[in-house]
Amino acid sequence: MTAITDRQKLQYIAAKAADARVNVELETEGMILNIGPQHPATHGTLRIVAKLDGEQVILAEPMAGYMHRGYEKLTEVRTYAQITTLVNRIDWLGSFANEVPFILAAEQLMGVEAPPRATWIRTLLFEMSRLANIILFLGDMGVQLGAITPVFFAFRDREYVLDQIEAVTGGRFHPNFDRIGGLKDDLPKGWLADTKGVMDKVRTFCDQIEDLLLGSEVFQQRTRGIGVIPADVATQYGLSGANARASGIDWDLRRDNCIGLSYPQLDWKVWTHPDGDSFARFWVRLQEVREATKMVDQLCDGVPSGPIMAKVPRIIKVPAGEAYISTENPLGEMGYYIVSKGDLTPFRVKIRSASFNNVSITPWLLRGVYVPDIITILASLYFILGDIDR
Amino acid sequence: MTHTFFSLELAYWQQTLIKLLAGVAFILALTGAVVYLYLFKFVSFMQSRLGPMEAGPYGSLQLLAEVGKWLQKEDIHTENSDRLIFGLAPAVVMGSTFLMFVVIPAGPNAVIADLPSGIYYVLAMSSISVIGILMAGWASANKYALLGGLRAAGQLIAYELPLVLAGLGVVIQAGSLNLQSIVASQSSGEIFGIPAIGNPFIITQIVGFVVFMIAVQAELTQTPFDMPIAESELVAGYQVEYTGIRFLVYFIAEFATAVGFAAVASTLFLGGWALPESWGISDDAMHVIGPIVIAIKAVLLVGVVFWVRFSFPRFREDQLQRLAWKFLIPITLINLVVTAVLKVVL
Amino acid sequence: MTDETTTDAPAPEETVERDERREALLARFTDALGDGVVESEIQPGLDLWIRVSTDAWLTAAEVARHRLGARYFGFLSVLDWLPSPFGRSMDSEVDRRLATAAGEPPATPNATIEHGVAGGETRLQAFARVARVGEPGDYWGVTLKADIPDDTASIESWVSVYAGADWHEREAWEMFGVTFVGHPGLRHMYLPGEFEGHPMRKDFPLLARQVKPWPGIVDVEPMPVDDEPAADGAGDEAAGASEAEATS
Repeated sequence: MTAITDRQKLQYIAAKAADARVNVELETEGMILNIGPQHPATHGTLRIVAKLDGEQVILAEPMAGYMHRGYEKLTEVRTYAQITTLVNRIDWLGSFANEVPFILAAEQLMGVEAPPRATWIRTLLFEMSRLANIILFLGDMGVQLGAITPVFFAFRDREYVLDQIEAVTGGRFHPNFDRIGGLKDDLPKGWLADTKGVMDKVRTFCDQIEDLLLGSEVFQQRTRGIGVIPADVATQYGLSGANARASGIDWDLRRDNCIGLSYPQLDWKVWTHPDGDSFARFWVRLQEVREATKMVDQLCDGVPSGPIMAKVPRIIKVPAGEAYISTENPLGEMGYYIVSKGDLTPFRVKIRSASFNNVSITPWLLRGVYVPDIITILASLYFILGDIDR
Repeated sequence: MTHTFFSLELAYWQQTLIKLLAGVAFILALTGAVVYLYLFKFVSFMQSRLGPMEAGPYGSLQLLAEVGKWLQKEDIHTENSDRLIFGLAPAVVMGSTFLMFVVIPAGPNAVIADLPSGIYYVLAMSSISVIGILMAGWASANKYALLGGLRAAGQLIAYELPLVLAGLGVVIQAGSLNLQSIVASQSSGEIFGIPAIGNPFIITQIVGFVVFMIAVQAELTQTPFDMPIAESELVAGYQVEYTGIRFLVYFIAEFATAVGFAAVASTLFLGGWALPESWGISDDAMHVIGPIVIAIKAVLLVGVVFWVRFSFPRFREDQLQRLAWKFLIPITLINLVVTAVLKVVL
Repeated sequence: MTDETTTDAPAPEETVERDERREALLARFTDALGDGVVESEIQPGLDLWIRVSTDAWLTAAEVARHRLGARYFGFLSVLDWLPSPFGRSMDSEVDRRLATAAGEPPATPNATIEHGVAGGETRLQAFARVARVGEPGDYWGVTLKADIPDDTASIESWVSVYAGADWHEREAWEMFGVTFVGHPGLRHMYLPGEFEGHPMRKDFPLLARQVKPWPGIVDVEPMPVDDEPAADGAGDEAAGASEAEATS
């Protein structure tokens, strides 16, 4: 038996104290990681400041505004035709869809109704812009997770859809085709048959994505249970579109509040998923693409004949009043609240964009997740910077 | 110790020099072929595009163009980086790769150093790259690089074990650590008394082979295990601050390691440079055919690695670790026990 | 204005539409809020506007969300009813000079504040949109408005009821200068940190309009009342010429 001398005791205590000092010095509060504004994962210039503890997020805050173009101030000094051009650039992937609620709101204020053929073709182009937008999402979600092959299929098949849009409107990305009272031009010859062929290609693409991505064990592990949004929180934050439907909310503006478009005459279905996780959001969008191709097929079959434009004056002066129209855009609910004083330009236009609300949930959603999951969640929420920043 | 080489008597140092030069040329040629074949053409085919077509016929000189591009870049480093470690890290990674090739045989005598501890040496050398990656991650003075380096360290260490244990099954079956004798026992063996294809250990050690290939995928930090260089999150992880020649070294090291591991796997499981003895090809002919045979086998196995790389999304770090510790290691341990028992019994 | 109900004034063939759903909704709001509802308007088949008093702004949100089931938060923003002091919002200094040179009097900026649907008393008004979603047959939406007092330029925050109002109120604060009492942290959403002023207010000039003339000065024609044979193509050379002028 050895007796511990006092000197040894003191040495022991000193060593422990030295250890503690070193621990305190090395004690880190958490690393601040800046994701963006230039980053492959964010669709544009979104900056997320994340405070990390190892690989877990303590708090994360998105900072938008790098692309703020002052749309709402601009609309006060632009005519309605000029605003139609501007508004294309809010959600630039499904750009025809941005024009539709604006034109519908202006038509409501003017008391003008577009002829049936124009309404029909408007619906057709609306669905095609939805296809163009969400096909990209399907490929992009793969890239965010590391699967680099599906995105090439997505771009290839999206080109077919964009070719069709270009054949009608003259623009792949910014059609600027909707006018108050109808559309700018009629469909070219042979377009309907071509479009049906393109829809077959898109359906093949959906099957490929389902095999390649959805069924992959890795994909399921990365997305199931990640970023669960309960339905009540989703509605509080104003989540709309596929994000809301993936949380089990049975709501689709095309069915519930259809104004000025031809959805009541089509046979289609709203897809929901009860889980509310990233997988659900991907799955709902995949089914929506398939549903959209079926709708486009029906739309191509039953185009009514008639004029493409109602009789409206060349120079549009919208009577005084207020109107709010929102539609089920590819990203969610997009709405325009137009206040008019009877002038050539609106008095105020409030643009309700879907991604603004969709991204506002991220501070709540990203607490406690791992860094790779930040990317998964952002990819599954699917925002476009132009939509957030306007 | 002298060998006759085309009836020339050469001193030891001359032989070693020739072997080294031939070895390096062989490795670089294979690496170049693999890069062109898989990274440029195969992935393009999978993604329904053409790939590089301009540089040389069908883009075959694209790699030379890329090498030239990297060589002429400015050599920069971040402000707060530790210059010495920052510069040494690529050298460590490259060194571990080339050292791995020292014992891999490409013919009856075509091996730089036929160490008796063959496979043990290979796996030990391949683990040194972890140190290089950690050095890169820390010395870059960049949070992304640090995250990437830490992820890499965890991943590579976790997947060393399945790699070693799967290789151990082969060692038990062959009865030796030496790679030449492993090759010999495969080519001269027989399955169920049929000597037609020799005894490639892939048949009896199929479990070990699958685990070995999965572990190789992880050791190369290829998708689905490419968290350390997760492009959409960390933007190249521990390599993010490297450019110019240093990045070229990482690039070459990545593909050379892929070829190296594939060569090791084909030596362990597919019979290496040898064709079955029952085919009756003379030893002298094997001096020439041997390198071709192992090149083909290695390129095929690298193809499998890249095929998987371009098809799958990536695992998250904890899922990756769980796969290694909870699935691969128990499976290889069972495989080991079964192999040992059968070796004694049969 | 008050609710549109069936009147006895219009011609016999013309019946005024009644929107019973929206009227019932308005009745439920009025029941719950009582004096809080200052004005309302129903455009039958189109929309429902309810203006509540400033004090009842947060209560209106609670009523909408918890009692009436409007769980969905659309948006929240501010209306600035002051007509732009920079002319018709379309002229610039250059245009005014040109107009006086041509002998016409310069257009005087109209400084009287005229409010829109459901009236108002102050220059700034907060407005928000909430909706009831999730029940396929029973979707409804309502636009709520409230005056923001001119002296304090502040109103209660909706964050305690609808968490999504956080970002909308931040944007409204930075663009209009309205303080939301009870908001966890009003800070800039889009503008850089040192930005001075509130851009969306009408007296904040859109500088591009100050330096370049407005390209859209054209004449206006009334809406055609019946089908004219060649109304689209023919005879609008004046408008056509001025369009061409404006776009060149």
